[in-house]
Amino acid sequence: MSTDRAQANGGGLLLDIRGLKIEGQSDDVWNEIVKGVDLQLERGKVMGLIGESGAGKSTIGLAAMGFARPGCRITGGQIFFDGIDLQTLSDEEQRQIRGRRVAYVAQSAAAAFNPAHRLIDQIIESPLTHGIMSKADATARAIHLFKKLGLPNPDTFGQRYPHQVSGGQLQRAMTVMALVPSPDLVVFDEPTTALDVTTQIDVLAAIKDAIRDEGAAALYITHDLAVVAQVSDEIMVLRHGKMIELGTADQIINRPEEDYTKRLVSIRQIRKNGEALPHAALLAVDNVTAAYGNLLTVLSNVSVQLPPGQTLAVVGESGSGKSTMARVITGLLPPKSGAIRFDGEALPAKLSDRTKEQLRVLQMIYQSPDVAVNPRHRVREIIGRPLEFYFGLSGREKEKRIAELLDQIEMGEQYIERYPGELSGGQKQRVCIARALAAEPRLIICDEPTSALDPLVADGILKLLLKLQAETKISYLFITHDIATVRAIADMVCVLYKGKVVRFGPKQEVLSPPFDDYTDLLLKSVPEMQIGWLEGVLKTRRMASAGN
Amino acid sequence: MTTEAPPLARNAVSPRKTRLGSALNEFGKAPVTAWFGIIVILAYLFVAVFAPWIAPFRESDTSGPPYAPWGGDYLLGTDQLGRDMLTRLIYGARNTIGIALVTTLLSFTVGGVLGILTAVRGGWIDQLASRFVDVLMAIPSLIFALMLLSVFGSTILNIIIIIAILDATRVFRLARAVAMNVAVMDYVEAARLRGEGLAWIMRREILPNVMPPLVAEFGLRFCFVFLTISALSFLGVGIQPPTADWGSMVRENSTLITYGNITPLLPAGAIALLTVGVNFVVDWFLHKTSGLRDEH
Repeated sequence: MSTDRAQANGGGLLLDIRGLKIEGQSDDVWNEIVKGVDLQLERGKVMGLIGESGAGKSTIGLAAMGFARPGCRITGGQIFFDGIDLQTLSDEEQRQIRGRRVAYVAQSAAAAFNPAHRLIDQIIESPLTHGIMSKADATARAIHLFKKLGLPNPDTFGQRYPHQVSGGQLQRAMTVMALVPSPDLVVFDEPTTALDVTTQIDVLAAIKDAIRDEGAAALYITHDLAVVAQVSDEIMVLRHGKMIELGTADQIINRPEEDYTKRLVSIRQIRKNGEALPHAALLAVDNVTAAYGNLLTVLSNVSVQLPPGQTLAVVGESGSGKSTMARVITGLLPPKSGAIRFDGEALPAKLSDRTKEQLRVLQMIYQSPDVAVNPRHRVREIIGRPLEFYFGLSGREKEKRIAELLDQIEMGEQYIERYPGELSGGQKQRVCIARALAAEPRLIICDEPTSALDPLVADGILKLLLKLQAETKISYLFITHDIATVRAIADMVCVLYKGKVVRFGPKQEVLSPPFDDYTDLLLKSVPEMQIGWLEGVLKTRRMASAGN
Repeated sequence: MTTEAPPLARNAVSPRKTRLGSALNEFGKAPVTAWFGIIVILAYLFVAVFAPWIAPFRESDTSGPPYAPWGGDYLLGTDQLGRDMLTRLIYGARNTIGIALVTTLLSFTVGGVLGILTAVRGGWIDQLASRFVDVLMAIPSLIFALMLLSVFGSTILNIIIIIAILDATRVFRLARAVAMNVAVMDYVEAARLRGEGLAWIMRREILPNVMPPLVAEFGLRFCFVFLTISALSFLGVGIQPPTADWGSMVRENSTLITYGNITPLLPAGAIALLTVGVNFVVDWFLHKTSGLRDEH
């Protein structure tokens, strides 16, 4: 039905944005966040909008629906949807278009669904309130789409509540919600960013099929160029509210012209050619089993060893127990059985039983730098406290050491007076690294230190960590879900799946065939900067999905 | 790459405002209501501090005839014992505000420290303290205070301790709730992993982050304490004569109302004006701090 309609409508311009300017308010001051962007999208085409945070991509996506977030206002330019100037419409007329002809898929489906209502009621709510479908028709169409998106038991899937389905399923349910009224345009705002790689690939494939079969046009917003390359016809690269480059997917990936685009395409190319030397282990996790309470066993019989001066990457998806492993090693969660040995001697299981020296040699860097530093402390206090605490430094000596550390993390002394709120995400993470370094540790546990950062910024952090390792011979235990990061920094790799070690050994060994099924799935799920990668991978996968 | 330190010359880092400077700046932008509140509070404080110099008579001078009318030597007339009303009002500010301030500070110290402690430690300490507070809160506080004061006697020290402890339950709840949100942050975990002690974590990591709601609550609590003291005095178990106090002044002269004399309403008006003033300032402060929270 909808395929026919799409064909009947043929090509033609669906969305035409001209000279769009949007201002955002912060601190009672209006700043321009979108600075004159033009965008043309034809019927049935998919355009990817890509850029780092603050590039204005989500703001543009919402503007395509004639909507500005609270605290934002459209100050210039025109938005034509199918020939209608959206800004001349009344709120009510805009609302009529939004429910029927334009739909939106948000990043976090978990936050977008009301936990108190069944999925189906929420999915068909919009067509019912707009009066464009009867309840029976809408339900039938939703079930049809459930099937198309590969959701389990499509006939009864809608009867579940949001908490009864997984994150990947919820994201697909949200796509169904958007597609039920057969919209002409769907805006996807980072629909797979919050998902595990192995889940992302299924959702991505489902979204791609659905929008193609439904004949809808789409704006696909993401910060991951490799993802957008799989689904888009055209790609627009944005930075600081301006368009940097626009071209077909093939052109952007294979023949980027602008410098910024070239840098985006070439990320994930850091490689460390580690040769794992046989050494007495600095850190040894011996047969550790850990659980929260008496019921939920998160780690079972995990054993890994980390030689000094090297990096052990612990890789796995959410729920695999990799962060729990960090908690066990640091003593926050005493294991049920097994032991942690550091430099040959056993570490007390509980944090409170460890000596100051045992605490000093083992430092930690967190995933989200925003909550890892106290917003009320200045950089001086954040970095200076470990110096005071472990070495009793004060006064000029302390200042000098702080300046050295700031230098080491490639930031200047001028940052010493700043509060975290006055630093960018990448700078905050650097301050966290400096805080860890201040203790002069022998091992730093890095818990996904780059996953909350923009790709180029993350690259900078990885390079810094490698540089520091070369300078100080420090060891890293690096927790990540990203194989590209593993390739970049690891010497040893441990693949965790459902709390068990699936593979452990030197990087070359772990990342070369023959693979077990899970490692195979994990390796193949990482999007590559290559058109048609998605289709290729779907054909050769051995394990359908790890638990989407 | 955005992490590359932007080329900021030392002087280009925005001229760092001192705390005082930015505070003054905030005052400049304060709305009229906040200004009104600030002026009222300052005026009350001035009167309270300089009472002996401002007041025309001494606190319990029974120099005049009882129930003298307004005007003459006694600007606002005299009370049932012939004490000057104006003098009593001025000394009342000193006693009532002083006691209320000490009480509020005490209740915040007790409630705040316990609240943050239970949020950080959790476990049985949390359970014990929270359930105890639940029990205290289940009893209507005015009646409870009346009972305790009749048991222990209405000395000023008893009033302060009893009201402070009853009020600390509310502060405890608030402090615990906001501190719980902070205690789960990674920077608190980082401090724990560093080996920091409990006191340091409470004082340096948690307290600065829970200050705004606590300060706002301080203003409101101060008003409530103040009203509670006045109410207790009105009921006769609060501040005892001959100490001047607004609540008991209303009670002692209430018969005058029957004769169309508004004198007993003056101390009531003084209470109302201060309450309104403090609330204006608190509203403004709440608005400022909630605005700050929106930024990140």
